[in-house]
Amino acid sequence: MIPATFDYHAPSTLDEALQLLARHGDAAKLLAGGHSLIPAMRFRLAQPEILIDLNKLDGLRYVREEGNVLAIGAMTPEAWLEESAVVQQRYPLLADAVSVIADPLVRNRGTVGGNLAHADPANDQPAVMLAYGATIVAQGPGGRRNIAIDDFFVNLFESSLQPGEIMLDIRVPAPGASSGGAYVKMERKVGDYATSAVAVQLTMNGPTISAARVALTNVNPVPMRSPGAEAALVGKAATEEAFEAAGKAAAAECDPSSDLRGSADYKRDVTRVLAKRAIRRAVARAQGRS
Amino acid sequence: MSTHKISVDVNGTPQSGEVDSRMLLVHFLREELRMTGTHIGCDTTSCGACTVILNGRAVKSCTVFAVQADGAKVETVEGLEQGGTLHPLQEGFWEKHGLQCGYCTPGMLMCAKYLLSKNPDPSEAEIRAGISGNLCRCTGYNNIVEAIRYAAEKMATPQEVAR
Repeated sequence: MIPATFDYHAPSTLDEALQLLARHGDAAKLLAGGHSLIPAMRFRLAQPEILIDLNKLDGLRYVREEGNVLAIGAMTPEAWLEESAVVQQRYPLLADAVSVIADPLVRNRGTVGGNLAHADPANDQPAVMLAYGATIVAQGPGGRRNIAIDDFFVNLFESSLQPGEIMLDIRVPAPGASSGGAYVKMERKVGDYATSAVAVQLTMNGPTISAARVALTNVNPVPMRSPGAEAALVGKAATEEAFEAAGKAAAAECDPSSDLRGSADYKRDVTRVLAKRAIRRAVARAQGRS
Repeated sequence: MSTHKISVDVNGTPQSGEVDSRMLLVHFLREELRMTGTHIGCDTTSCGACTVILNGRAVKSCTVFAVQADGAKVETVEGLEQGGTLHPLQEGFWEKHGLQCGYCTPGMLMCAKYLLSKNPDPSEAEIRAGISGNLCRCTGYNNIVEAIRYAAEKMATPQEVAR
């Protein structure tokens, strides 16, 4: 399986990349880690005439705390997050997720920005960043803008990045005191997409959950939060009854399709169970119990 | 379609070629350089048979364009044996019967080399996680895990000084 022909450009500066993108418009596709795009090109599901490879933009590879934000360069390989002490210590939801994205070889090449920009509801980073309430920074011909993650996923494989824009940065708010997060994924085998997965980030005030964001992987055409699950948690005591109510709400709100990973009903029930597990773990972490 | 002159350091030897933009790194290694140790298994970024080490990171060479390796350092299975002496990993796969049909072995070896470069003393669980992107349909993995442990231990032991 050989990709269709294309012209290849590897700009060494962001300006050059933006100019190439402006010049070639819809004919061009940006190449990040390539672990979604290259397989799609090999299956001829994607046949871009021009590839603009961003891998020479070393300035877009970093993981660092900037004040109260974890800044992740869009071209940062997922493996860098696994190896990041600050991620492992302060961002357990993200740490959970990066250990289960695809497989270790893919994580060496696949990037955080690519995982998001592909806007594939089966990818893991969309739900993670929805749960964190992250901000995407993009640059286009008109300058730089911030996109709230809640406004980022528009449709299946469609983000709100505009033609001509390049994602620079993902900005994750640092979890405050008494916060905890978790990502729980069910996959048939390493490397497969999730049957379902649930990302949770919450804050406790004593025994009560004071804030919560719950997001779901691969059970909806568009990466989604579950407002019902969040409402079932916020202002409630952290009890198994509340977790069950949140799980049921997530199961009711998602819209999975039946496929080789299971029927829609099965995936809903898996989502209910995974939501409970993720919430339970997030609460334990918020309370310093794990 | 664009073509590109590339220079790649393969196992310490400078190699160059002119490649179509769409040529994959694994095809450059196998068909241009005639280094067929790196295998093509699934063609779908799943199996890891084509694993090479690219600038210090194990990657699937079926999912990198050859042109992207321009200026890079690539390590393949052909670089493991040195002067007729097997690499401790190769010796481990021999001693522990870490292969049956052998198709996945080059990828397993390169992934294991990368794993030990990051973690010279991995636990069984860490080995299993480390090779989880490499499929083997024969062994059930147990002997591969033992082979990698063998290599880790051998590499940790000071070698006798040749006289």
